[in-house]
Amino acid sequence: MTDTILSVRDLTVAFDTRRGPLTAIDRVSFDIGRGEILGVVGESGAGKSVTGSAVIGLIDRPGRIAGGEILLRGARIDNLSPEAMRRVRGRRIGMIFQDPLTSLDPLFRVGDQIVETLRTHTDLSAKAARTRAIDLLAEVGIPAPERRIDGYPHEFSGGMRQRVVIALALAAEPELIIADEPTTALDVSVQAQIITLLKRLCREHGTAVMLVTHDMGVIAEAADRVAVMYAGRVAEIGPVASVIAKPHHPYAVGLMGAIPTLSQEADRLSQIPGSMPRLTAIPQGCAFNPRCPKVFSRCRVERPEPIPVDASRVACHLYDAAEQAA
Amino acid sequence: MSAYVEVTDLRRRFDVSKPWLNRVIEREPRKFLTAVDRVGFTIEKGETFAIVGESGSGKSTVARMVVGLLPPSAGEVTITGVSMTDPRQAAARRRLRARIQMIFQDPYASMNPRWRVGKIIAEPIRAFNLIHGEGAIRARVSELLGLVGLHPDDARKYPHEFSGGQRQRVAIARALASQAEFLVGDEPTSALDVSVQAQILNLMRDLQDRLGLTYLFISHNLAVVRHMATRVGVMYLGRLVEVAAAKDLFARPRHPYTRMLLDAVPDLAHVGRARVPVSGEIPNPIDPPPGCTFNPRCPLANDRCRAEVPALRDGVACHAVQEGRA
Repeated sequence: MTDTILSVRDLTVAFDTRRGPLTAIDRVSFDIGRGEILGVVGESGAGKSVTGSAVIGLIDRPGRIAGGEILLRGARIDNLSPEAMRRVRGRRIGMIFQDPLTSLDPLFRVGDQIVETLRTHTDLSAKAARTRAIDLLAEVGIPAPERRIDGYPHEFSGGMRQRVVIALALAAEPELIIADEPTTALDVSVQAQIITLLKRLCREHGTAVMLVTHDMGVIAEAADRVAVMYAGRVAEIGPVASVIAKPHHPYAVGLMGAIPTLSQEADRLSQIPGSMPRLTAIPQGCAFNPRCPKVFSRCRVERPEPIPVDASRVACHLYDAAEQAA
Repeated sequence: MSAYVEVTDLRRRFDVSKPWLNRVIEREPRKFLTAVDRVGFTIEKGETFAIVGESGSGKSTVARMVVGLLPPSAGEVTITGVSMTDPRQAAARRRLRARIQMIFQDPYASMNPRWRVGKIIAEPIRAFNLIHGEGAIRARVSELLGLVGLHPDDARKYPHEFSGGQRQRVAIARALASQAEFLVGDEPTSALDVSVQAQILNLMRDLQDRLGLTYLFISHNLAVVRHMATRVGVMYLGRLVEVAAAKDLFARPRHPYTRMLLDAVPDLAHVGRARVPVSGEIPNPIDPPPGCTFNPRCPLANDRCRAEVPALRDGVACHAVQEGRA
């Protein structure tokens, strides 16, 4: 295994409400190695974005990290002061969000925004920073960067804006990038360009990427490993090829079957009855048990812990040795 | 015998000029955006015709003109031989209206939040005076709720008490309330999670089999279109570039844009695939390139493509294909 950049251990995130705390993320653990892309998938409400926000220390109140540890290269970052965390963000962890316009200030030229980031996090001179900014824009595939650097965000198309945001995220050469639905707002032809770009940059710079998305197709193409989340928990985590081709957790099986694909014609899509539980009503035991076709009595009382199955780790009692012996 | 829906030479221009005073001061001419340009297709009874395209391709504008929500600038839509525009056929059109219904992307926006679901579903029944007597209407509403997989007691709830997928079921029940036989779905599942999307797509196919419905299905998602459609039309910048049976289109795409689009879609079967990304983005529709609008991005473009608009012949609008260069 390559050296680990990010390590999340038993992360728990709770939102305090008048009716008591709601657990949005419940003991989630995963690692991301150097140059590796970990895909985090799930349907809305699965907690994938909150996990990303927790790693970069941007959970909005009343949310808080209620347990567990987040380690960046072996050092804890979840208990840093807001000031120290701010230095980690941008410098050591870059961010890419769904809507590039929320990451860019409409009143400043894109070049100035990249230069500002560079000068905050590195000790480059103003002149060197500008040269570096042009290089970055060229690297993310913006044509005529020496001219475009003086453009305003509204003068760029959606795909080009997302490239600028990627340049911004890469500016300080972070060890880790959190990309939250980076291609969701883009058309497919542009989406393909951005995925290719992200993969290439990650390989060349050895950056670890946490790619949060609901689109399994994007994960299939971009990620090395994938974590499938359900109701704030990791249901299955493993190499992307095996999770997609041979999922183990009944939720992952249902999810893969529900996705229409171009390559095969199915008369009916497999469907999972019901919908994801609300945070106020997460069932006891395994969170998936009311919708699970293979549910048995133990699932309703005892929460399954992730256990190794083939190359993956699966949180399901079906794969427990004791159950299989019985 | 003519087709169920016939669309001939349909065009729609939008006036996007600045206000009169600005035009006078800045000496600018009026500006028009041609959203739909000479689009023609037919839909047979009982089939699903899908229109795919990226944002700005004009697919939703076509849908709105087909149902009569937007008057065309030129061209004609006839459904069962009745013109949607001819003032002399107003009476026949009134009778036809009840049989055409639309399903939108966001079902919540198309429902009165202060009405109970029962009243929402009964609205078309009352508006078209289809059933008389409260008891009979209530029985019909219960029947419709059962048809879309909801419980008759759900009639007493308000829209906000349902999940996204259930709301889309309510929207379908309302569409069917007027004994509709032609449903136009504008991205009906784009806002839904994949497992819920599978439920709605399966429901739509079941209802088609049971009630002999005809669908016009608008989507940007090629995999969903492949799953649903009998025939597919591909739109690019307001023009129909290829029309083919779904099987043929996905097995042997002919237009260079269709090929590019199919290559670009991230798919589960493409784990770790190194893709050849498509170059360029969709041009500004206010100022489209002359000739074939796809020519700046097309690998096969020559001088003729840059000067002359290709007509849709034998299911494809491309000089290269028609000349045998592709």
